Amino acid sequence: MAVELPENVVVSKLDQLASWCRKNSLWPMPFATACCGIELMATGASKHDLARFGAEVFRFSPRQCDLMIVAGRVVMKMLPVLQRIWSQMPEPKWCISMGACASTGGVFDTYSVVQGIDRFIPVDMYVPGCPPRPEQLIQAIIDLQDKIQNEGTITGEEFSAASRQQPKRALMELPVIQSGLGTGGWGPGSQVGPAPAIGGPR
Amino acid sequence: MSDIVSTLQQRFAGVTSSEFRGQTRVVVSKSDAFAALQLLRATGGFDLLVDITCVDYLNYRDAPNRFGLVYLLANTATNERLTLRVFLGEEDLTIPSVVSIWKGADWLEREVYDMFGVELTNHGDLRRILLPEEFTAHPLRKDYPMQGRGERHNFPVLARDRA
Repeated sequence: MAVELPENVVVSKLDQLASWCRKNSLWPMPFATACCGIELMATGASKHDLARFGAEVFRFSPRQCDLMIVAGRVVMKMLPVLQRIWSQMPEPKWCISMGACASTGGVFDTYSVVQGIDRFIPVDMYVPGCPPRPEQLIQAIIDLQDKIQNEGTITGEEFSAASRQQPKRALMELPVIQSGLGTGGWGPGSQVGPAPAIGGPR
Repeated sequence: MSDIVSTLQQRFAGVTSSEFRGQTRVVVSKSDAFAALQLLRATGGFDLLVDITCVDYLNYRDAPNRFGLVYLLANTATNERLTLRVFLGEEDLTIPSVVSIWKGADWLEREVYDMFGVELTNHGDLRRILLPEEFTAHPLRKDYPMQGRGERHNFPVLARDRA
């Protein structure tokens, strides 16, 4: 027997409703350290208008944020700051690695620049580009919204589930290339794979 | 300009000078460096220390020694400039600090210490200025690998459960 519903009534699951609320009120934490930050500001400004996606409320306190946008290169002196800010953000939280430098170190393959923040904090979405245009960042946020819509539950249990406790690093799935050549740097023979443990050679 | 250079050459042995496009350079031995800089400040009128920097001459053709410590001086009254260079060997990288002569040498010397490991005695506050304090190497030396020795990856990994 079909139940008659008025036109303005929508039937959904509570999980979907919770995800819908979460994805449309992403409050970004702008971790802007370089030129990507300029594009991040442009994304938030009136021309590209991040408010259309509910993500215009840039908060400078990590305790009020649920989306960290790392825009720019991170040097080893900055990484403890990045990790502390990430730890201070309450769950549920997501991270966008914006631009080549945040994702891989970019052209800065030097002793002081971290070669991808995903070695040290979990990253949900990577944005290529140097710097990426605002459209690319908006696309990343839309994609992240799709991801949030698909994974959330009303109780939020997935934010503490064992599956999420795995370090999410893109390099995790890549095969480890091992050959006896050299120990330093990213040259041929260097190890491509998960970052070594504390104190490991690289 | 030539007066002060000749004064330096009379007072200290082995002072060589050269000129290129109106820029005067002098090379002073390590033992005379502090006295020469004192003389330049006191009687030469070089009241402004523009910069202290260092050059690593590793594998450099005809280099007299491994490191060249460079002092760029200026006389703000006569608008004269002088480059003073001191060559240091890797075996003994200590040289007196010039903070007592020019106060502005403080951070410049800290940077030279940070990047090259030159030990400046009597500095008073010789700490790293740019790199993290736990850093052990001196990365602007030519024999330091550009990609470092693992310092940039020596951090704990924050996974999702460490929120």
